[in-house]
Order: sequence, then C-alpha cells, then structure tokens
Amino acid sequence: MQITTVDTNCLADAVLEGDRLALARLLTEVENDTAAGREALDMLFPRTGQAHIIGITGAPGAGKSSLVNQIARHYRSLPEPGKPRVAIIGVDPSSPFTGGAVLGDRVRMRDLVGDPGIFIRSMAARGALGGLAQTTAAVVQVFDAAGFSVILVETVGAGQAEVDIARLAHTTLVVEAPGMGDDIQAIKAGILEIADILVVNKADRPGADNAERILRNMLELGHPTDTLYHHPHCPEPENPFNEVDAGPGETRRPDQEVWLPPVIRTVATRGTGTPELVDAIQRHAEYLRRTGEWKSRDQNRIQTELFERLKKALVSHWRSRVDDQAYGEALTDLTERRISPYQAIQRLLEAK
Amino acid sequence: MAERKIRVLVTKPGLDGHDRGAKVVARALRDAGMEVIYTGLRQTPEMIAEAALQEDVDAVGLSILSGAHMALVPRVINLMRANGQENVLVFVGGIIPEPDVRHLLEIGVAAVYGPGSSTASIVEDIRKYVLGEKPIAQN
Ligand SMILES: Nc1nc2c(ncn2[C@@H]2O[C@H](COP(=O)(O)OP(=O)(O)OP(=O)(O)O)[C@@H](O)[C@H]2O)c(=O)[nH]1
Ligand SMILES: [Mg+2]
Repeated sequence: MQITTVDTNCLADAVLEGDRLALARLLTEVENDTAAGREALDMLFPRTGQAHIIGITGAPGAGKSSLVNQIARHYRSLPEPGKPRVAIIGVDPSSPFTGGAVLGDRVRMRDLVGDPGIFIRSMAARGALGGLAQTTAAVVQVFDAAGFSVILVETVGAGQAEVDIARLAHTTLVVEAPGMGDDIQAIKAGILEIADILVVNKADRPGADNAERILRNMLELGHPTDTLYHHPHCPEPENPFNEVDAGPGETRRPDQEVWLPPVIRTVATRGTGTPELVDAIQRHAEYLRRTGEWKSRDQNRIQTELFERLKKALVSHWRSRVDDQAYGEALTDLTERRISPYQAIQRLLEAK
Repeated sequence: MAERKIRVLVTKPGLDGHDRGAKVVARALRDAGMEVIYTGLRQTPEMIAEAALQEDVDAVGLSILSGAHMALVPRVINLMRANGQENVLVFVGGIIPEPDVRHLLEIGVAAVYGPGSSTASIVEDIRKYVLGEKPIAQN
C-alpha cells in the first residue's frame, strides 16, 4: 500500500488546491472510514453544502451509467461561466460471500476521459443494502468541498425503492427501460415515490410508448391534484429530532407549489433527450431553491446522518464501558431463555 | 470500522476485442475478496492512467493480446509515474515473447502472466505485494 501514514492536514489542503492524486487518496481514506479520513472530513465539512447532488437509480441494465455519461458530457459542454466541475460516484454491489466486487460503471463512461473537470470514482456497496455504500455520503462531502458543483451518484440499482439515495440527493432520477418486464414491479416496489424526474431510457426500443404511458398513469394516481399532500420523498427517517423540529417541508401550505415529476425520454447510447433531461434537472434545482425545499432536504439529510452516527457512537461507547463478563452472562441467560430480550437490555443498560 | 480492501484496475488496452481473459481475472480477484474496477475494451494508455489515479488502485492489470504490448505498456507506466503512482503494482497478461517479457520487467512491470498462469498465483502475488511490498515472483 502506498500510503501507510497520511498527513491529514496536507491531504485536505492538497485536495483544496486541486491535487487529483490527493483527492483520490483522501477518497480511499474516507471510504475506509479511517481516522485520517475522519479528520480530513472535519476540516472539509465547513466547505460543503455547495454542490447539487443528483441521484440516478433504476433496475440493473436500465442505462444508468450511459445516462450519467451523457449528463456529465452535457454539463461540461456548457459555456464557461456556469460550467460545473462534475464528480461521478458509481456504486456496485459487493459479493455477500467474498466481500469482493467487480465495479463496471466506468465501461459506459469512456467519453469523459481526459477532462480534468470530471472525476469518476467507483465504490462497492460493502454489504450495505440501500443502494449506496455506508460511506457514500462522506465521499460526496469530499467532492463537494473540493469544488465539484455537480455530483452524480449512480446507485446499485436493485430495482427496489432505494430510499438512501432520495435522502442523499437533491434530485433523484429514476430510470426505467421498456421491455425489461419489470415496469410494474418497479412501481410496486414504491420507486415512484422517490422520483423527482422519471426517465424512460432506451426509447429507441419497442415498448417505450407503453412504458411512458404506464408511468404517467401511475404518477397521476400518486399525485391527485386536488389534495394538499406532497408526495412523501422518502419515508420519515427514524429520528428523534423530528419530534423536536418537524422541519420545513413536512407540512405543506395550500399555496405552496408542488413538483410534478416530469417523464423524459432518452436514448442514452446516442445522447437523445439529454438536453431535455438536464433542463428538467435544472428546473428541479430552481424549484427546490424557490420553495425552500433545498434547505429542508439538506436539514433532513444532516439530521439523519447525525442520528445514524450518534447511534453508532453511543453503541460503541456503551460497549467499551460494559463489562465483557456481564455481557456474556446476559447473552447466555437470553439464549437459555432465562430472560427475555427486553430484560437483557434492561440489565445491560444498568450494567457497569 | 476501517476496512481495507485491495483495489485493482483490470483493463484492456489496444484494439483487439477479446476480453475473456480480462474478465476471468476480474472475477478471480473479486472471488478473492478484492474490489476490481473493470474498464472494458479498447482503452488508451491515457484512459488507463486516469482511471488508475481516480480509483486510487493498488494494482493495475493489463490484458494484451494484440501484440502491441511494447508500445502500450511503457506508455501506461510513464503516465502513471508522471501522476505520482510509481508504487502501484503493474502486471500484464497475454502471450508475450520471452525477450519482451524481460524488457517489460526491466521497465517496471512486476509480473507477466502467460496463457498457462493460474489466477490463484495472480491473487497471491497481488496480496503479497499490497500487504508487504515484497517483490513478487516473476515468470
Ligand atoms: N438500445 C439502447 N441501449 C441502451 C441505451 N442505454 C443503455 N443501453 C445499453 O444497455 C446496457 C446497460 O447500460 P448501462 O448504462 O451499463 O446500464 P446500468 O443501468 O448502468 O447498468 P448496471 O450499472 O449494471 O445496473 C448497455 O449495453 C448499454 O449500451 C439506450 O438508450 N438504448
Ligand atoms: Mg451502471
């Protein structure tokens, strides 16, 4: 391994100066959740909150990577003021048996090579089930602090409602493709609820009309125009702070604008529909800013993250204080059915 | 918490369209618990060096069947050095004549695996290198 000891200050500084090797190494530290990575994140955190985080989810093979390729190209073809630097994170599954992974999203991103305004990083999910790796959010923060103002995150694409991405991203794209026989399946899995923009990719294939019609029908059902309910972006996170502060966006005023997810057709292999898609992404960003939802999503995300970290920290803090023997005894009593799980918890929380 | 995974770029430079060998190696490394970044066919040395940098890999495997190894491999190595990645292990797979093998080893390739090589030995070599920075067995 080339870096055994890392000078965190140097690494974070070098990243801010635009050093790409330092960025790559810091991403590794952050991905591995090392002490060096955490320290760098502490330093970089005040600089985050600038980027537009865009999630791309959808069934395997729907064309997510090909679309990411086109979206990034489009952003990079914009005229100079307002031409964003683009970071891409492609998440692929890890093998549950060996922990290894083959990360193949780069195969479809060959057009992006040689542009210093683009940085592509592949991540393995490493056992996480929600479509992202545990440290994907932290990797996003590094890119954000490093000045990438558009961050595209491609999920594993299990075809399930990947709630994690809806929580992480400002704008979530759900990609469907005709003829995959899973249109209805995906809708059942609740994937529409997380979509800010729906993409019917592979529009060059037969069945695109049908897929689009099904999606539009489902959307109409999901968005009755005469109610005040906003579609729930993601299920309420398990979070004690929500009781204290419901946060804006949870309750919707009758006069508040509602975003109806547009359905956009694309042929990602050729770039057809990309301008319309990027236009929809931009309109969504403007909508979020106009309505204050940008801020409330940010707040929700930060709260969820804080809570998740707090949970982990509390457990490991508690575990370091509780006596191994007391823990072992409680476990034995539990397995022998001498006490119930609740009684075990009671005892362990009181144990010293 | 801190999980250290070996990351390997498996790639196919040059113009030949056979990626079976590369895929076999990619799968073997995955089955050995490594994270393999697979780029697909027809990669230029520039594309390979850029991917190696962005992915911060421990090792780069080049599968070359086109016979263009003497043109491609030195360029990949030079670009990686220019990027500050001189410590990344580079290995080559393919049918490569003995004198060329010697030359590749001289310019910094760690190992050349011919058609008879077992994937297990590749796994072993990468592990040894990454964990201990030991020079690996050469064949
Ligand atoms: N005909 C057609 N094929 C497409 C289109 N978009 C992507 N493909 C092809 O579909 C296959 C899968 O594309 P990817 O972009 O890798 O799909 P993905 O959703 O990223 O796949 P995973 O990451 O493996 O889940 C590739 O062979 C693409 O060339 C399209 O618009 N039309
Ligand atoms: Mg993909």
